[in-house]
Amino acid sequence: MLSSDLFNAATVLYFVSMLLFFVFLASRGKTVGLSGSIAAWCGFIVQTAAIGLRWKESYDLGHGHAPLTNLYESVVFFAWTIILIFVLIDLKYKYRVIGVFVLPFAVFAMAWAQLGMKMRSGIEPLLPALQSNWLLYHVVTCFLGYAAFAVACGVSIMYLIKTRCEVGNGKAKAGGIMALFPPTKVLDELNYKAIMIGFPLLTLGIITGAAWADYAWGSYWSWDPKETWSLIVWFIYAAFLHARITRGWVGKRAAVLSVIGFVATIFCYLGVNLLLSGLHSYGAG
Amino acid sequence: MTSTKSGFTSSLWNFFCSLKLTIFLLIGLASASIIGTIIPQNAPPDQYLKMYGESTIRLFSVLNFFDMYHSVWFMLLLYFLSLNLVACSLKRLPRDWKLFTEPDQAMDEQMEKSLTLVRHCRMPGSSVKLRDTLEAFLRREFAAPVVTEDNGRYYLFAQKNLFSRLGVYVVHFSIIIVFIGAMVGSFFGYRAYVGIEEGGETSVAYRRTPSTGHTESPEQIAASTIKLGFTVRCDEFSISYYDNGMPKEYKSLLTITDNGKTVIDKRPIIVNSPLTYKGITFYQSSYNRVPTFHFTVRDRKSGAQTKITAKQGERVSIPGGSFLQVIEYTDEIRQFFPQLSGPAAKLALIPPSGEPQSLLLLKDYPEIDLQRGGELVFTYDSTDYTWSTGLQVVKDPGVWIVWLGCALMVGGIFIAFFMSHRRIWVRVESGHISVGGAANKNQPAFEQFFDRLTEKLKAM
Ligand code: HEM
Repeated sequence: MLSSDLFNAATVLYFVSMLLFFVFLASRGKTVGLSGSIAAWCGFIVQTAAIGLRWKESYDLGHGHAPLTNLYESVVFFAWTIILIFVLIDLKYKYRVIGVFVLPFAVFAMAWAQLGMKMRSGIEPLLPALQSNWLLYHVVTCFLGYAAFAVACGVSIMYLIKTRCEVGNGKAKAGGIMALFPPTKVLDELNYKAIMIGFPLLTLGIITGAAWADYAWGSYWSWDPKETWSLIVWFIYAAFLHARITRGWVGKRAAVLSVIGFVATIFCYLGVNLLLSGLHSYGAG
Repeated sequence: MTSTKSGFTSSLWNFFCSLKLTIFLLIGLASASIIGTIIPQNAPPDQYLKMYGESTIRLFSVLNFFDMYHSVWFMLLLYFLSLNLVACSLKRLPRDWKLFTEPDQAMDEQMEKSLTLVRHCRMPGSSVKLRDTLEAFLRREFAAPVVTEDNGRYYLFAQKNLFSRLGVYVVHFSIIIVFIGAMVGSFFGYRAYVGIEEGGETSVAYRRTPSTGHTESPEQIAASTIKLGFTVRCDEFSISYYDNGMPKEYKSLLTITDNGKTVIDKRPIIVNSPLTYKGITFYQSSYNRVPTFHFTVRDRKSGAQTKITAKQGERVSIPGGSFLQVIEYTDEIRQFFPQLSGPAAKLALIPPSGEPQSLLLLKDYPEIDLQRGGELVFTYDSTDYTWSTGLQVVKDPGVWIVWLGCALMVGGIFIAFFMSHRRIWVRVESGHISVGGAANKNQPAFEQFFDRLTEKLKAM
């Protein structure tokens, strides 16, 4: 079996899990919710095996590097980290409905990686600049941070929907689908917790990136767009934490800031490569 | 008089202590930083001319948008951030310092009201005996308590992770340390570049990037020259490729001689594996293929021939007192003149006095210079190539300060986020026991711990 078959299987499982969660949202059947979770867990196991197998395949080809080196591999890894964090939350809090808002991120990432026309999915050897152990530390810390922010964003969207419905219908009628949502207080707390986990990871990601740049090019910070955007994201979440700890920004304002933070995160990850490099080539500068 | 002055000082102080300022600065820095990722930084002027209109360019250069991250206003934002940090820390420190020097060890009724977690129970036995039991209990289950006595009441106080209160200070201080490291680097360090041909050596580097393309005046070159204090030789440069044609490794063998002694002998450096000597680090950064040209000069009258070898840009003397200099060359002239083909070189023939003359020589058309009708006839015989390695030469004495700051930041964040200062107070008063608890982080987890602790106590 090839790792690409396993990746396809994982994509299908995540898709099934997402559908089950949607049905769960409509029907509120307990078994449907559980099956949704089980599909997500199975997908996670299959994907973990796929990543391991791809790593081995890279050794078989004589390259021998962790599968974290191009856009395809990073998008797949991003989906993996999102599901990892979802599984942890699922085990701890058992609010299945969070899956409705978190799984689409993973499904979208996997589908894009598998079907994206321009994405090169082959295992390639590493260019000289990428031949460094820092690559692994840097990518893993950054992406775990991104995944935590994705979860915070999903939870914040749930928070915004739920408060809006409660305001619209009056307190008494916040029943129906909304009854499945965790209480707003829990959502708010989860948002904060996820960012508390994501922020140190992003900090480590930026530092390992700087260390690597220093080792490879002799300059730990050169204000290139990617670096700058990671710093922008860092500033936004630092503002979030300070606003919350000391100015009591909870609830709606925290949720909105968390969504903004994640939009910036996605821009840092994809937008910089896909949009800004089209505007200008920073190699020339 | 004094009151207005101190009024001003104190409002300035309050301004710098305010967390509104922090949030404003963080969001402001985030928004401002976006500008520099959209407008190319430090690009050559003609690139800007292609992208923007003249008035836009004028506006952008007034605002320093073309070198934004080094502009005064951006530095000012960072400076305010540092002041804000220091002011906030100074304001908070005395309050937190009290927790170390004079902790509240006795939970009296008044303090009890301020705690959210308090439990009461009755236990048989004398106060002294209860005191000893509770001391042992706390020592076993939590931390060794401090015992004080007042009017026949006993107070016990135990705490854990007091030092975690300092996490916030460590984080904030670490940011200042990183700034200091960056400043040390920019004042006392440099970032330079040097190209060395295989077999060649250098004891200088140049403060510039290899891609500027503009020829610089001798004064500019002199101003950008940095003396290394030792000599670096490139013994060999090589490139290896993967089977699919992608480059696999760029490698230079470097030898360093200091005071006539070879201190480093043929050390390979590759991308991601630099070489450091005396605080100066050499990074494999680029490479070049350097041509050496071979010409023949023939005296039209006597027919005497002289072979000449020249590098690009080098002035070589030729018979008759003139000089020859290769200005430009190409491997294939066809891209400029479709009817011709093969290598071509543009030369300047510089007579001892008078105007220089420009010649075009084509390797595949040896007679071309005959038509010029000069006394000397040139032919372009061949070219050989050698490698030249491009090294980034960096001295940054501040980099260790930056890493120290980063390490403190990571450690500080972990302490500040994930460790909580937990305190437990006990009051013993004639068979009546009151237990209070407080934690500055993760309240729910502490509440569980506190409930379990008091249950155990009641079960005793
Ligand atoms: C202008 C700059 C800053 C100022 C004035 C400032 C001020 C403060 C203050 C007063 C607190 C105390 C919160 C409390 O009452 O416990 C705090 C907490 C904190 N700040 Fe900052 N801060 C600044 C920048 C930053 C930055 C850039 C970071 C990024 C790492 C940061 C990380 C933290 C952390 C980790 C905490 C601790 C949160 C906690 O107690 O759980 N600060 N900050």
